Amino acid sequence: MLVPILKQGDFLIASIQSSLTDADLLQLRDDLVEQVGRYRSRGVIVDVTVLDVMDSFAVRTLSTLAQMVTLRGAETVIVGIQPEVAFAMVQLGLTLGAVATALDLEEGLAYLRQRTKRSGRGGR
Amino acid sequence: MGAELRIAIATDADIVTARQEGRRWASSLPFSASDLTVIATAISEVARNIVSYAGSGEVIIRVVERAGRKGVDIEARDSGPGIPDVRLALQDGYSTSGSLGLGLPGVRRLMDEFDIRSAVNGGTIVSMRLWTR
Repeated sequence: MLVPILKQGDFLIASIQSSLTDADLLQLRDDLVEQVGRYRSRGVIVDVTVLDVMDSFAVRTLSTLAQMVTLRGAETVIVGIQPEVAFAMVQLGLTLGAVATALDLEEGLAYLRQRTKRSGRGGR
Repeated sequence: MGAELRIAIATDADIVTARQEGRRWASSLPFSASDLTVIATAISEVARNIVSYAGSGEVIIRVVERAGRKGVDIEARDSGPGIPDVRLALQDGYSTSGSLGLGLPGVRRLMDEFDIRSAVNGGTIVSMRLWTR
């Protein structure tokens, strides 16, 4: 299941539409990291609202994705982690480390606008 | 009880199937939304262990009852290489396949009951239960 990636201004928005296999998650990671360069994006949002499970593989892959995006000079924010998923992640001892999170897409966009206002690659 | 759900595990797509079917199976019991997510996550972890370490195996899900209380019993079994040191495998941070090493120790924390039987070259059986509150 391919995750659609929408380009909106300086940002890329990946909206996960259904459950993802491990291979789908790795594909998403690689696609986003590649498109950050192609579109010279300054921020990436991964919307996980529909995910009803985030296990150790998903959390690790999203962490790696964020680290790779950082190395490419852009910011990442994960949005839409559901309350039950957050509960299970805490119980499992899974953390996203330093990766930014926001309640939903709107908050994620606000976060990225704030973070990329002064820093980064200068004007458009 | 009798009824059980058996899901063959060989690919990463089977991991998704197992956790979705397992959640649906468990949702016939009065579990909270959080408990159902915990069950689905636990199934995902043990099914991935099968794919990562053994290549193939199966996940068996049953409804169980004890002293008037219902619960879900999840068994993950494979005929893979086995775990040489189960105690080590249950330590946080221990991993031999590049995963975070949170799989089994995390799952043990999630469930009410948890047990691993494993023999070198004799496969592994992970059994776990979560009871309705």
